[in-house]
Amino acid sequence: MDKAVQVLVFVGGVSAIVFIIGIFVFITKEGLPFLLGRFDVAEFFTSPRWRPTSEHNPTYGALALIAGTASVTGLAMLVAVPFSLGAAIYIGEFATGKTREALKVLVELLAAIPSVVWGFIGLSIMNPLIIKTFNVPVGLNVLNAGFILGLMAAPIMTTIAEDALKAVPDTYREAAEAMGATRWQVIFRVVIPAAKNGLVAAVLLGVGRGFGETMAVLMASGHSINLPTSIFDSVRALTATIAAELGETAVGSDHYRALFTLGIFLFLITFIINLTADLVVRGIRKK
Amino acid sequence: MFEASQLNIRNRKVERLWGLLFLVMTILLILPVLVILGVLIYKGGPILSIDFLFTEPKDGMTAGGIFPALVGTVWLVAVALLASVPVGVAAALYLSEYAPDNWLTRVINLAIINLAGVPSIVHALFGVGAFVLFFRFGTSILAASLTLAIMTLPVVIVATRESLQAVPQAFREACWNMGASRWQTIRHVVLPNSISGILTGVILEVSRTAGETAPIMFTGAAFFLPFLPQSVYDQTMAMSLHLFVISTQVPGVPEAMPFGVALVLISMVLVMNAVSIAFRMYLRGKKKW
Repeated sequence: MDKAVQVLVFVGGVSAIVFIIGIFVFITKEGLPFLLGRFDVAEFFTSPRWRPTSEHNPTYGALALIAGTASVTGLAMLVAVPFSLGAAIYIGEFATGKTREALKVLVELLAAIPSVVWGFIGLSIMNPLIIKTFNVPVGLNVLNAGFILGLMAAPIMTTIAEDALKAVPDTYREAAEAMGATRWQVIFRVVIPAAKNGLVAAVLLGVGRGFGETMAVLMASGHSINLPTSIFDSVRALTATIAAELGETAVGSDHYRALFTLGIFLFLITFIINLTADLVVRGIRKK
Repeated sequence: MFEASQLNIRNRKVERLWGLLFLVMTILLILPVLVILGVLIYKGGPILSIDFLFTEPKDGMTAGGIFPALVGTVWLVAVALLASVPVGVAAALYLSEYAPDNWLTRVINLAIINLAGVPSIVHALFGVGAFVLFFRFGTSILAASLTLAIMTLPVVIVATRESLQAVPQAFREACWNMGASRWQTIRHVVLPNSISGILTGVILEVSRTAGETAPIMFTGAAFFLPFLPQSVYDQTMAMSLHLFVISTQVPGVPEAMPFGVALVLISMVLVMNAVSIAFRMYLRGKKKW
């Protein structure tokens, strides 16, 4: 019995590795014929022309899609990073007792709102609001998607950043206070430097979240292939392209395989982001 | 003699200012969401009725209710849970009770982090490549639920591992000293003391699974199906995809309708989360150690 259970739970534990390798193998399997055949690295990274359905001369330039993802994620981080870190500091260092518990619960609930609901909010609430406020013809753009994405990423970053602050031993704070440091001196000179790695990891995971978000970006960004020059331009993200086009492609076609190639690209980037975040966090534990 | 010096007064002022600034930031983070919830309730509330919940969509989804989507979401979540809970609990048991601190354990942890971090649309591509095509499940509840199961596996693993690790080591040691084997200890001491924490994680997973859209779009969820699924090999409608479809793909939908669907979906998710959180707090309060 003991032996059997041990084998069983071991299989369960290893399954996570099997699944992550499985994901890579299966998307590569579908994308590889395109990668080895039609794929052109220079075109993929430098051409903004994503025209896979053109009858005579389909082109697979992902630059505009990369720019779309980058602009939306960038704006989202600009909104979310300061507010998340600020909120984490407030919840972790200033708030006490019931207030603190209530804020933590609220933040946790925010993180639970499904991405399709966020997309719908971008579409139905933010869109008319942006048109009216800024007097622009279309409200589905970088600003809309970036703001929505910022709100989505903030709770996760807040939670992880607060954990990082909490991990700083109280003895550090007490030592600093005993030296006559004020509260904000303790926070800025002692707690934040000590929690630096965890805070960086929180931001990285937020970036990863923004990068991989699909439905909200699909619905709120306007979905037109564009190299954005202002926050009022509509863009199309990498993830949204897959979501919008996969249903219309024939299994095995170049277009279908090109979408899987975008998937491989997304997989590798999020893998690198997560790995970096993990290494950064491990950095503190070692010390 | 103990009067506050100028410096003290200034410091206290600065401190209060910083506290205020961070408080404002926290409020600004939460406020937009509360406003948005208010708008959803205001615009979607009036359309909600028993009829809306329990009738089929009519007239090209511009009228009627959401019953097939509601039932479909229940199917998808139930099958996904059946697949992911046993695997997730086993994985957590391994990591918490058996795993030595070696490279394999580190790789497993890294794999879990990455499973949680891979974009949902990439999970969808995997679902298409693996379950729909390779294993020949076709676009079906089975394919969609398995995709969801793998995607939400980290939620179960992390929650379960936490509640297992919350059981004091002394409990295990006492049990071992009585001559109990590892499995006997787990079965009679560790699991009974952590089962409610595991349940909390499962509820959290339900809420997470119910809201996902991208992973089911191409693996088993249909835009419109007038009948209910009969088996796991059928396609089905789902709440999340239904919201996407009627707010972007179908012309002539009355404005209140997508608001109503969004409100039902968000209520399902938030209620389950709230239950999970309340349950966790109740347990923390009850703990004897």
